[in-house]
Amino acid sequence: MSGVGVVATAVALYLQKLLGVSVPQAVLDRAWIRRVLALLPVALLSALTVVQTLDSPSGPVVDARLAGLAAGAMALALRAPFLVVVVVAALTAAGVRALI
Amino acid sequence: MTVTDRPADRDVAAARREGAGLGLVGVYGVSFGAVAVSSGFEVWQAMVLSLVGFTGGSQFAYVGVVASGGSPVAAAASALLLGARNTLYGLRLSALLPRSPLPRAVAAHLVIDETTAMALRHEGRDPTGAAARAAFWASGAVLFATWNVTTLLGALGVQALGDPRAFGLDAAAPAAFLALLWPALRRRLGAAVALAAALTAVTLSLVAPPGVPVLAAGLVALVGLHPRVDATGRAGPA
Repeated sequence: MSGVGVVATAVALYLQKLLGVSVPQAVLDRAWIRRVLALLPVALLSALTVVQTLDSPSGPVVDARLAGLAAGAMALALRAPFLVVVVVAALTAAGVRALI
Repeated sequence: MTVTDRPADRDVAAARREGAGLGLVGVYGVSFGAVAVSSGFEVWQAMVLSLVGFTGGSQFAYVGVVASGGSPVAAAASALLLGARNTLYGLRLSALLPRSPLPRAVAAHLVIDETTAMALRHEGRDPTGAAARAAFWASGAVLFATWNVTTLLGALGVQALGDPRAFGLDAAAPAAFLALLWPALRRRLGAAVALAAALTAVTLSLVAPPGVPVLAAGLVALVGLHPRVDATGRAGPA
């Protein structure tokens, strides 16, 4: 396995992060950029939530992860603390997976 | 445990606790270590990807493409496509991060999905940013430690930890993101953006390579270009 490719990719992944925090604040303070940036994490994290719940090498699938996420959503609706929500989701997914 | 009186101190302590708790999701690194080595990578290569790359999905993509016979260039492209959202997170977190170059360069390394979500959750509660910074650093530090230690264990073939999926850990991360999004979902615009982004991503995941669906869903945020959409996510005065 090529070590050069591994090191170059790892460094490039860091540089991607560095790039984001290197944009001058004056640019970020423009009104339209502020409005877009305020919504950006909501869009990205919402997309990430569904992709991580459904994705598989062969396209979207419904499995124990969705049961876990649904249980987590119920815990949220009941105003459970953050870490309880995460644990409820994990335990539900583990339980469903053990049963099927 | 210190006794905290002022509300701001309590917010910071709570943020630190939640951040550290979320950091435990990093034990998923055991999967990465095991997958990397079984795909033909050396232990040190798995560690370079976790220590220097440090962005879960991209690392799995890199070893996955190589394992399925792809070229190193294709593998790198796939990893960087997934990593591109970290650049966008950096824009959003910019004002919360230290100004002096070295601490800022260290902070940049921790800018990933989990730490961004954690910081934004606490930013809404404490306008000074102290709680958001505490949540960012606590989740980042614990994630970095757990991710790298468990990558090493997984790469060395330590099976004692078991398959993280058996503990439902693959549902823990999406549930954490949902919890962190929850306050935004209670605002009409936030809910609309989240729903549109989720639908975009699921639809694209049928046809597009990994990384593209989430990035493309980020385009939904361009609704903010409309001047009547204010930064708090509410519709402005007519």
